[in-house]
Amino acid sequence: MNGQKPSLPTPPLETHEIDAELLPKLVAYLRQMSVELREKWVSRISEAQLLGVMSPEEIFSEVKAVYDNYVDALETGSVESLQAYARDLSERIIHRGVETHEVLGIVLLLRDVLARSLFLRYQDDPELLDRILDSYEPAANRIAVTVGVSFVEERERVIREQQAAIRELSTPVLQVRDRLVILPIIGAIDSQRARQLTEQLLNAIQANRAKVVVIDITGVASIDMTVANHLVQTVNAARLMGASAIITGLSSGIAQTLVDLRVDLSTMNTVGDLQGGLEEAERLLGYKVLHSDPAPPDRLA
Amino acid sequence: MPILKQGDYLIASIQSALSDSEVLELRDDLAERVGQFRARGIVVDVTALDVIDSFAARALRTIGSTAKLRGAETVLVGIQPDVAMAMVQFELDLQPLHTALDLEEGLAVLRRTARGGDDDGP
Repeated sequence: MNGQKPSLPTPPLETHEIDAELLPKLVAYLRQMSVELREKWVSRISEAQLLGVMSPEEIFSEVKAVYDNYVDALETGSVESLQAYARDLSERIIHRGVETHEVLGIVLLLRDVLARSLFLRYQDDPELLDRILDSYEPAANRIAVTVGVSFVEERERVIREQQAAIRELSTPVLQVRDRLVILPIIGAIDSQRARQLTEQLLNAIQANRAKVVVIDITGVASIDMTVANHLVQTVNAARLMGASAIITGLSSGIAQTLVDLRVDLSTMNTVGDLQGGLEEAERLLGYKVLHSDPAPPDRLA
Repeated sequence: MPILKQGDYLIASIQSALSDSEVLELRDDLAERVGQFRARGIVVDVTALDVIDSFAARALRTIGSTAKLRGAETVLVGIQPDVAMAMVQFELDLQPLHTALDLEEGLAVLRRTARGGDDDGP
């Protein structure tokens, strides 16, 4: 074990021969001291002002579970259950705004608390202390890495899910008349979303046999060169598929930006607002809207 | 490459990627049939093509220009969504061709342009 250091990627948490007799001792000691060490840990956590979004009771119950899992992982050498617990914990606390540095901070604090207590316990026998720390530290590092990575992975998973949900929510292509679809765009557009919008629009043109598409960007706050060019490409691609595109709802700010950027808008058919766009679309499609007698007052209500 | 006659119009359906010689053959065939049948329009159906590169685009433009000199408008129909996207990304131009969603729409475009208007919009 001497001179052996955990390398990256961390090797499995093996029980080395020297650990065989030491680890049980170590684990038994940590179990015996659990109440005291947990309290020490909690006080260090609050000193460091970590996990501010959680109540002391919550912290205490999580601390108990993490501590037990931690010692189990030390004992068995298997981080699977700790990993599962870390994922589960992350899922619960991510939504409440717990940051990566806090999670890493509390795990490193626990590592510190335990190491100090081992030091106190075995300081009379430096050689034994050395061996104990040799078996403890690689395992503790591995556990810290496992918890940190689980948290980050979980957070990335949540972010991916949310991105997917936002993407799906934000790009409906709606058919409003025979051969006429509208694409209301709301929120910020980046180039990935712009590409996805285009794909959806082109597929909708094919599926609905649309001849006119109205792209409404009233809900878009700002636009840059890339996105503007993408919009032009979308209009051109729609034309290749035999559909005319009408852009509506350009805010004065966006109009100014497009002019400043010198985006070539000669191929674009733009109308002030969605209502105007629909009227223009109806004209292109040959629809005439007739105003009939108004409905009886009771049905208007 | 089969060329069908439908009233005043010719219909050519491209089934696979065009080689150099096939393009020239198609162009010459179409130009000849336009005169033979006194056709006023051509529909070229590219529904089966999953790629239209710069060579194919130029070839199609050539067909359109040649036919136009012989008095017929050309409409390209059936461009797939991802093909359309790729074409605009590579800035492939199809002037003087008209484009339409499918065969039916293509014939409608030809009927409209034959009436005198020259818009390729719906």
